[in-house]
Formats: sequence, structure tokens, C-alpha cells
Amino acid sequence: MNGIEADLQLSCGDFTLTARFTAPGRGVTALFGASGAGKTLLLRCVAGLQPGVRGHLNITGECWQDSARGYFLAPHRRPVGYVFQEASLFPHLSVRGNLEYGLRRIPVGARSVLPDQAIELLGIGALLTRRPAHLSGGERQRVAIARALLTSPRLLLMDEPLAALDQASKAEILPYFERLHATLSIPVLYVTHAVDEVARLADYLLLLERGKVLAHGPFVEMLTRLDLSLAHGDSAEAVLETQVAAHDAEYRLTYLECASGCFAIPHFDAAIGTRARLRVRARDVSLVLTPPHDTSILNILPVRILAISEDRPGQVMVGLDANGAALLARITQKSLMLLKLEIGQRVYAQIKSVALAE
Amino acid sequence: MSFSAADLAAVWLTLKLATVTTLVLLLLGTPIAWWLARTQSWLKQPVNAIVALPLVLPPTVLGFYLLVLMGPAGPVGALTLALGLGTLPFTFAGLVVGSTLYSLPFVVQPLQNAFTALGERPLEVAATLRASPWDRFFSVAVPLAYPGFLTAVVLGFAHTVGEFGVVLMVGGSIPGATKVLSIAVYEHVENLEYANAHALAAGLIGFAFIILLLLLLLTGRMEAARRA
Repeated sequence: MNGIEADLQLSCGDFTLTARFTAPGRGVTALFGASGAGKTLLLRCVAGLQPGVRGHLNITGECWQDSARGYFLAPHRRPVGYVFQEASLFPHLSVRGNLEYGLRRIPVGARSVLPDQAIELLGIGALLTRRPAHLSGGERQRVAIARALLTSPRLLLMDEPLAALDQASKAEILPYFERLHATLSIPVLYVTHAVDEVARLADYLLLLERGKVLAHGPFVEMLTRLDLSLAHGDSAEAVLETQVAAHDAEYRLTYLECASGCFAIPHFDAAIGTRARLRVRARDVSLVLTPPHDTSILNILPVRILAISEDRPGQVMVGLDANGAALLARITQKSLMLLKLEIGQRVYAQIKSVALAE
Repeated sequence: MSFSAADLAAVWLTLKLATVTTLVLLLLGTPIAWWLARTQSWLKQPVNAIVALPLVLPPTVLGFYLLVLMGPAGPVGALTLALGLGTLPFTFAGLVVGSTLYSLPFVVQPLQNAFTALGERPLEVAATLRASPWDRFFSVAVPLAYPGFLTAVVLGFAHTVGEFGVVLMVGGSIPGATKVLSIAVYEHVENLEYANAHALAAGLIGFAFIILLLLLLLTGRMEAARRA
């Protein structure tokens, strides 16, 4: 088994964490849940920082903990890169000193990420001689990520690395994450309480609620599972994997294609064939029985109703299959009754707006 | 105003005692302070109280018990005799033991405060960067707690220079072996040699002032450097 296998229990005051799950040993796994769900605690257990945790933990074929035979790998022996919520750079060291702190403790033969590579990947070449106190929040977090990468980790643990940053710094860091994802094949456990933060990156999703792993599965599937709270309320959305098919210079539009159909979105710069994730919010999707011709809405897809579930009072969430991809539509109870919608029925989804995941 | 040879010997002995005591205190006080700063044990407050005892006890009380313990009839004395070391009272080694206990809170408390102020985070970060517990202590805790070490060294040294009661009880006044500055001042006054007493006393005041000023300037500068 090359993935992450965990079966961990921890009692911390009146809080109990029971984390039993498997996750793939590649790509980004989002640990998602409300604050207080135990996301950070779980990450700390994986890193070995939390005392008192019981159970067993296997990371890409290597045992890190097995309480049954009294085995616990000390945190400094676990090949993880940990990025904390606050960058937590060492104030007594320069940026270079911080980067070298972990690097120096890795035998030369075991280094798979080289300093130049990490510095270039995170764009921190100009900061090397500076002290952490003289960096902006975004710069600090980039240095912290590079510092973690330079230990050549087998697993990257990120604890809401963007939470302490303002909007501008977040936008500054996200492209670096994407390059990281594309360049290095290190699996990532990424703690977040905001799905949109990982909508562009996440491959797998682990849903935590009050110390328990409620469900886990491929990211795009999990978003539309009507039995989970994720697929309800105002923020419910589906994510579609598409690629750039064409640009329309006259109308300033870009066309994205996937098995479900073709989407027109406001023009953005990207080569034809570029992969892009599209976020479609349930509240922006309405259903019609026949293909409308006289509408200002450009994105209309033929879909089949898979499931209907109660949402807020007076509203229902409809799960849709758009030729293999899942979509959500939130409509009123009244519309459901008037249109006589039922499971298995073929209808059309009118999508008022879509957004690129970023 | 000039110093007699006996006075100079007292000055030299005092500096030697303070230096040795400070080194012993660092070796002994650092682990105690580290433990106190990080333990969850119920023993924490009792140990805290024991370390702070010399702050509230009259030095003569401490000196009296040390004399009894280290004397030929005391358990420590019996042990040192059995080891062929003789007894500690009225020797330089006895003074070091007395001074170490007497100045312990002045070293442990600043270190403990500095270690507590560190928090867990820098040590956890170091652990995830593959630093072993010893490595974390020396590469992260010590440099970050540097102002605490500076305060501890200066206070431990200066407080040893300034002690009187414990030294008098444990060491007596043997020129060259146990007669330190404060005892010399006392004897000059007893003998109505005010000029000699003035020379030593004023020198001590100047010394104390300079030490404290240096400490304040250094910690101020380090704070500024850290922020820069």
C-alpha cells in the first residue's frame, strides 16, 4: 500500500479524536471541517507532535506508529515537512539560516529537493539575507514552505498556511502552490476550513466533524455527495475538470470543454489544452424541462436527475449527472412541485455563472 | 587610597569564587530551569519554592545548616570524609557550595522565564526539521533564551560577589582561602579602619553599578538587533 493509512485515537480533555482513514500517497488531500473539528490535532498526530495518541499510522509503506507493539517514531525521525499556520520562522536566523536549518540535518544522499530548486520555486532568492522580522506575511510563509521542502519530505503537512494572511498575500502564494503541485510529486495533507482555498488543487478530501472522520473520497465526488453537509447550504458547489478549447476574441470569451459539454466564461489567458477547474455553485444552477432558446444564459447542459434532498426550509438540493460529471442545483420546493421533477428525469441545467477555481 | 596585599587577595578570591560559582550555577541551574519551564508534574511548585528559599531566608540560616551538614558529624561531611576529601567548611570548595545554593534563584528564575517565554512552537518546528531533543535545545532554545542566560550570569556573578552571611558561617575569614571582599570590609569596620573599608566598599558599589548598567545596555541592544 503506497498511501496514507491511519487509525488514530486521542483524548484531549473532553475532546476525542478518532481518525480512521486511508488517503492516496500522491496529490493533495484536503482535511476539511469546521474549526474545532480536530483538523490541526490530526495533522499534529501524523507529525508525531501530539503526546498521548494511540493507534497506528502507515505512510507510503513505512510504519510511523503502532501502539499495539509500542512503536512510536519520534517526530524528528519522521520525513515530514510541516508548514504551520503562522510561518514560525526562527527569529534568530536569517532567511538563509532558516532554510539551512532543516537542510543541514538531511544527509547529502537523501536530499531530493535542492536549495536552488526550492528558492526558485517559491521566488525567495532576493530575501536570503533578510531577517524574518523584515518580511511580509506572504514572504514569511513562502520561506516556511521552502524550509519544509528542503528536508526532502515524503509527506508535506500544511496547517491552513493561508489563514493568517490577507487577501493579497493569499493571491500571491497560490500560484506557488500550483507550481509546487506540478513540479514535485510530494503528497500533501492540507488542513483548511474553506473549500475554495483548495478547489484548484485538491485531489482527495477528508471530512472531519467533531473529532471524527465523517467521510473521505476523491475531491470532486465528495463535493456533490448529498448525504454530506458539504453539498448543502449557500456554499455548496461542484467542481468540473475541463480544458481550454478555444478563445473568442470578438466577445472576449474563453471556451472550456469537458465530457459534460462546453462552457463559456470571461476571457482569460491560457494556451489551448490547458487544464482548468471550474467551480459551479448550486445556487447558480436552475433547471428547465426543455432547452431554452431565448435566454441570456450561455451555459446550458443536458443533465439527468440523480437525487433530490432537503436543503434549507423551502429549498431542495438536486444532484445531477452531466454525462459523467456531477453537478448540484439548488431550487425551491415550489419549483420542484411545479415542474414535477423526479429521479431519473432528463432536464437541462442553466448555469448563471461559473468561476475558475483559484 | 591604596589596597593592602590582604585586600587584593580578598578581591582576587572574590572574583575567583564568583566565576566558579557562576559556572557551577549554569551547569546546575540550566537543567533545573528547563525542567521547571516545561514540566506538568505536581512537583513543579514544590521545587519552585525550594529554589526560591534563599530569597527569603536569612543567609545565616542557610549557612548554619550548611555548616552542620558539611561538618564532620553531618551526612555530607561524613560522605566527603569517607571519600578522603576532608570536610568542606572553611575551604574554598565549601564556599562554592554555599554560594551556589545561595545564588541559585538568581540563575534559575531568569532562565526559567526565558524558557517559558519560548513556548512549544519553535521546538516543534525544529523537531519537524529533524532536530533531535538535544539538538533543539542547543540550536533553538539556547540562542532564543540568550537574554535570559545573560541576566542569569550577571545576577549569579554579582550576587555571589555581594554575599556575606553564608560565607561568614561556612567559610569564616581565612586570608587567601575564604576571606572575601564583604568579610574584609566588615573586618576593616570592626577594626575602625574606615579608609580601607571605604576603598573596598566604594569599589564594590562602582562594580555593581557598572555590571547592572552593562546588563541593561546589552539586553537593550539585543532586543533592538532582534527586531532589526
